[in-house]
Amino acid sequence: MSDHGGVVAAATGAEALSTELPVGRSAGWWGMVMFVATEATLFACLLGSYFYLRFQYGPTWPPDGIETPELLTPLVMTAVLLPSSLPVVWAERGIRQGQRWRLRSGLAATIVLGVTFLALEAAEYAETLKRFTMTTDVYGSLFYLITGFHGLHVLVGLTMLGWLLAASLRDGSFGSHRHERVRNAAIYWHFVDLVWVAILFTVYLSPRL
Amino acid sequence: MSTTTTPPPGVSAQDLARLAEHWAERPTLRGWFSTVDHKKIGRRYLVTAGFFFVLAGLSALVMRTQLARPEAGVVSPQEYNQLFSMHGTAMIFLFATPMLFGFGNFLVPLMIGARDMAFPRLNAFGYWVFLFAGLFMWASLPFGAAPNNGWFAYAPLSEEQHNPGLHMDVYALGLLFLGISTTAASINFIVTALKLRAPGMSLNRVPLFVWAIVATAFMVIFALPALNADNAMLFLDRRFGTHFFDPSAGGNVLLWQHLFWIFGHPDVYIIVMPALGIVSAVLPAFTRRGVVGYPLIVLSIVSISIISFGVWVHHMFATGLPQLSYSFFSAASTIITIPSGIQIFAWLATMLLGRLVLRVPLLYVIGFVVTFVLGGFTGAMFAVTAFDQQVTDSYFVVAHFHYVLIGGAVFPMLAGIYYWLPKITGRMYHERLGRWAFWLVFAGMHVTFFPMHLYGLFGMPRRVYTYRSEPGWDGWNLVSTVGSYLLAVGLLLVLVGVVHALRRGRPAPPDPWEGDSLEWTTASPPEPYNFPVQPRVHSLHPAWDERTADSVGAGATADRILSDGRRTLITSELDAHPERAVQMPESTLMPLVLAGALLIFFTSMLLAWYPVAAVAALAVVATIAVWLWPPRRPDEELGVAR
Repeated sequence: MSDHGGVVAAATGAEALSTELPVGRSAGWWGMVMFVATEATLFACLLGSYFYLRFQYGPTWPPDGIETPELLTPLVMTAVLLPSSLPVVWAERGIRQGQRWRLRSGLAATIVLGVTFLALEAAEYAETLKRFTMTTDVYGSLFYLITGFHGLHVLVGLTMLGWLLAASLRDGSFGSHRHERVRNAAIYWHFVDLVWVAILFTVYLSPRL
Repeated sequence: MSTTTTPPPGVSAQDLARLAEHWAERPTLRGWFSTVDHKKIGRRYLVTAGFFFVLAGLSALVMRTQLARPEAGVVSPQEYNQLFSMHGTAMIFLFATPMLFGFGNFLVPLMIGARDMAFPRLNAFGYWVFLFAGLFMWASLPFGAAPNNGWFAYAPLSEEQHNPGLHMDVYALGLLFLGISTTAASINFIVTALKLRAPGMSLNRVPLFVWAIVATAFMVIFALPALNADNAMLFLDRRFGTHFFDPSAGGNVLLWQHLFWIFGHPDVYIIVMPALGIVSAVLPAFTRRGVVGYPLIVLSIVSISIISFGVWVHHMFATGLPQLSYSFFSAASTIITIPSGIQIFAWLATMLLGRLVLRVPLLYVIGFVVTFVLGGFTGAMFAVTAFDQQVTDSYFVVAHFHYVLIGGAVFPMLAGIYYWLPKITGRMYHERLGRWAFWLVFAGMHVTFFPMHLYGLFGMPRRVYTYRSEPGWDGWNLVSTVGSYLLAVGLLLVLVGVVHALRRGRPAPPDPWEGDSLEWTTASPPEPYNFPVQPRVHSLHPAWDERTADSVGAGATADRILSDGRRTLITSELDAHPERAVQMPESTLMPLVLAGALLIFFTSMLLAWYPVAAVAALAVVATIAVWLWPPRRPDEELGVAR
């Protein structure tokens, strides 16, 4: 430790700071929020393109020969994905109090729900691919681009959570003073989760309106 | 090296030694590739963007040579298509924005009194991605596979059935690749400006250049996704048979234009805004007073960045959209001239009320005002739909946007190069050489582009590889070509001036201009840690302010020296109250490895080696996982419940 500056240096030294509770929003929080903002804009562009192409196309949508999408699977997918944010919140609260078991079990629960969502999406694709593909017409292109792009985001989110889980199984990764990575991955997961609601409305519900 | 030999009062020699030790990077080859220092990264951005500028400029010279006389055969039509497409694409994406981001990278931490960017490793990653994406795009030219569809790549011409070959795949993938860099840099600028400002630098004391960079970064965050979505759809259409822009299967060609210009119009301001910030930064030193109307300029910056999202259809007045939308976008395009006008009048008032010091940077600022106002004037003409429909796709448009972009972006950049050269290199430039270069550039620019207004009005369309003699465009075209050579000689003299300064320039003092912002309180070039003491800011012009000077002299305190580690201060977003000191990351090769993996991914996507692309994607994931893996810490430090 430095003796220069005496008391002040002691109060701002590395050890003093690392045990001090964070004040205000950190740089990492802002970085993740900005990243989510730009990603959300990307989804907005895709959904905007969906409506633009739909209303430019004409009165029948989906185009002739394709039925309006089934609702059962997507509603089950919604019921799986939306609550999947809760275990992450619970895990994050837990590690803020230094409880590693909550972090580990919460992450594991969310990963199970996320993988279930992807499995359901794969099952749905197996069904829809028999009827139309992304080269059939513009409806197929939009359907698979938007749901596939979201599925990719779920996969990225799951990779983040799996990575966190792997790190948290080792001692010495996270604690009440060090959980920024957990919070940032949680923000991303909540985003992936919420943007699904907009996709459910656009791709599955709006053709029925 | 540094011209400061005695430590400033308030900092002990031990503190300086410790700072130097914690912030030093080894001068080895590995150190060169692994640096995370924002000043080195900023310099690399400037040099690399300058290199792409030279390539794009040489493309323009070839085109002007071809157009010097009617029915010339210097290049074939196919080559001409690639030249004008690469010229535009490179000038916009590989030169203008990265050049200004280079200034931002070098200057933002210095201007706000910080020791680095908020995310130094992300910053290094952004640079490597920019370099690789630029090389990726330029490398297609020798193979005759460069983009050939104009810089805005309109569908349906850009679709596979009308434009086979790799040309537009290079465009779509190259811009998606580059977008990673631009987005990363923008997030970094926003967070740096929000969290790393020196204590006391509340929002009303933030330099105008930093305001401009942050507004630009916000525009990138919300505009670039539209371009990315567009390019992703184009690539899927071309490569995997989707139908987004294919009317025969329900797609729509105008979707491309809408998304492109939802990005593209904000992009005009993404390019011009930081350049206007340079003007606001240069003026105080050469008028010996602060810029008039600081709050008004800040409000115009913010309002331009918002209104710019509502004017995109003025690029589409000739596409047959509903009349009502024309009226709306015409009105919005007229309104946006008001905040732009406010800035111009604020600078004119600054010059009127100040005492002018007529050095090269100020010459460029004056050249900027003249040229940019002329470009803005023709811009206001385009806001009138009827006029726009008459001159669209003619050389009048080419004249307009070169006046805006050379006047509004290149002149301020040149002002910035001369102004900050002493800070960046530690050397002074040659004043007479600089003046010669200025007059050649200024004259060359106007001789090249002013006649384009005329032969545009006389009906010459843009993007034609040649023309016949009958319409009477020959003479004016020859004038343009002569002008372009003049401009090239002028720009060459700028380059000579920079090299001369590096080799023979006399050493620069820390503050050769008596500037008003914090970068002039550091050494020239700055030490790796920038500030021996992070200042406490007391005014909008901290370098002209006694109390701020005192805070790094006799009033220096250990909580702003932070010599026991590689650390910088985090402050609150609005008022810049100190929150805590944070540890800054050390240099690493990770950013380079990650950018390299991405380069392999995009190259193999281009060449349709999909298994290689899949492996590269896994390498990307693995690199990020290793990069961000948490270090092992003892339980007491982590705070673990038992």
